Amino acid sequence: MKWSRRHVLELNDWRREEIEAVLETTGAMVEILKRPIRKAPPLRGKTVILFFAESSTRTRVSFELAAKALSADVTNITVSGSSVEKGETLYDTVRTLQALGGDIIVMRHASSGAPYFVADRIDAAVINAGDGWHAHPTQGLLDAYTLRGALGDLAGKRIVIVGDVLHSRVARSDINALAPLGATITLSGPPTLMPTAWRRGALPPCVTYEPDLDRALDSADAVIALRLQKERQEGGLLPSLREYSRVWGLTEKRVSRMRPNAPVMHPGPMNEGVEIDAVVAHGARSLVERQVTNGVAVRMALLYLLTGTPVEAA
Amino acid sequence: MATPRTVLLSADDVRRAISRIAHEIVERDRDLSALAIVGIRARGDILATRIRDAIATYENTQLPLGSLDITLYRDDLTRIGYAPVVHESALEFSVDDKVVVLVDDVLFTGRTIRAAMDALIDYGRPRAIRLAVLVDRGHRELPIRADFVGKNVPTKATEDVQVHLVEVDGRDEVELVAREAVIA
Repeated sequence: MKWSRRHVLELNDWRREEIEAVLETTGAMVEILKRPIRKAPPLRGKTVILFFAESSTRTRVSFELAAKALSADVTNITVSGSSVEKGETLYDTVRTLQALGGDIIVMRHASSGAPYFVADRIDAAVINAGDGWHAHPTQGLLDAYTLRGALGDLAGKRIVIVGDVLHSRVARSDINALAPLGATITLSGPPTLMPTAWRRGALPPCVTYEPDLDRALDSADAVIALRLQKERQEGGLLPSLREYSRVWGLTEKRVSRMRPNAPVMHPGPMNEGVEIDAVVAHGARSLVERQVTNGVAVRMALLYLLTGTPVEAA
Repeated sequence: MATPRTVLLSADDVRRAISRIAHEIVERDRDLSALAIVGIRARGDILATRIRDAIATYENTQLPLGSLDITLYRDDLTRIGYAPVVHESALEFSVDDKVVVLVDDVLFTGRTIRAAMDALIDYGRPRAIRLAVLVDRGHRELPIRADFVGKNVPTKATEDVQVHLVEVDGRDEVELVAREAVIA
């Protein structure tokens, strides 16, 4: 298929062929990362600006390694010490980014929708590296790639996503990446941390909600534990971390309810002992480290696919 | 209006050309232990497999075989619109000190071969790189020539050489096709 996207903002309007194109290209990037010289030239002369208005080390470093492996020049704009801290509005930041003339802006922002605001006002391609509760498309795609590597064809496979779905951009992007590939998704977690409409049964197709984690895990093909975002738990939505851990934490006993060798994933960073026990996080089923490695390759694939110049209709 | 087509190589011609190239490769580099065959996707890798199999039949030696997707090394990536999907390369042997025979279907401007050599060198330092092609149609834009050629064909810039192979097209045949006139 012919790639024809200008930006990567969210996955909810992606067709299966587009996801497949990214996964296929990711395979080629994984191969590059195994070579003696882990570098290819397609982004030579291009500038990638990493604009992280919300703190993140893992995702930023992943994008930085990805851009450098494709020979791009990379520059970082972080919030602390930048003019954003001095009161610059997002609009002014966008005008500055535009004037600087980067080719691709990778941005993370605490406000849902901020990448759309930027994409509408800039010539560069925009990749959303996480915006508020809304979307984290590169995480969804890397989870799809990792799951496919472990399970093969995802048609008919049932993936459990457990945790704070309400505040989770990862859960939303995972659903949007996995459902078009034929997987079904079972959500689990405290009803207070489930979007109200979803808790009441108005769920997207291929998605169900099962509050009882043990039942959700029974003969599942894989589980993705979400990070309990302690910084987003002010509203008294949870009685205590201990109770959360007891009812919705992934223990060795719980994960053994899944199919034999069914993998366990987590987007990181993990709160070990809260949403996932250390023995599970580092056990034989864990794909956590592979997710990190695949993350670089998926981001390489997207950076590469966005470098093409759109052919404007005359 | 029907597009004029001329058959350049029949299925038998393709078979003979591959057989001859296989013999020539071995005659040129007698040390089979240093030889490796690497095809350029998406048709060169099929021809590379056939050449490797032919050498295996004549010499009773299975040479290392690899395939390269050269998309990331193209010099026109920023000029061809949206980026094409890249497929995985497969080079599971070390190219260090090997004599690597690159295989492609058609040699034209030479730009693909330049890209393939750059890609190959990212895997190590071959002792030598040689080039085998099924058809050399001329019109080089870079100082590149083939070591092993199935058939030299003088062509016009307005013509296309189309290579069909059983593995992907259901038949072996090489055709010369006049490109339809572009209406400006």
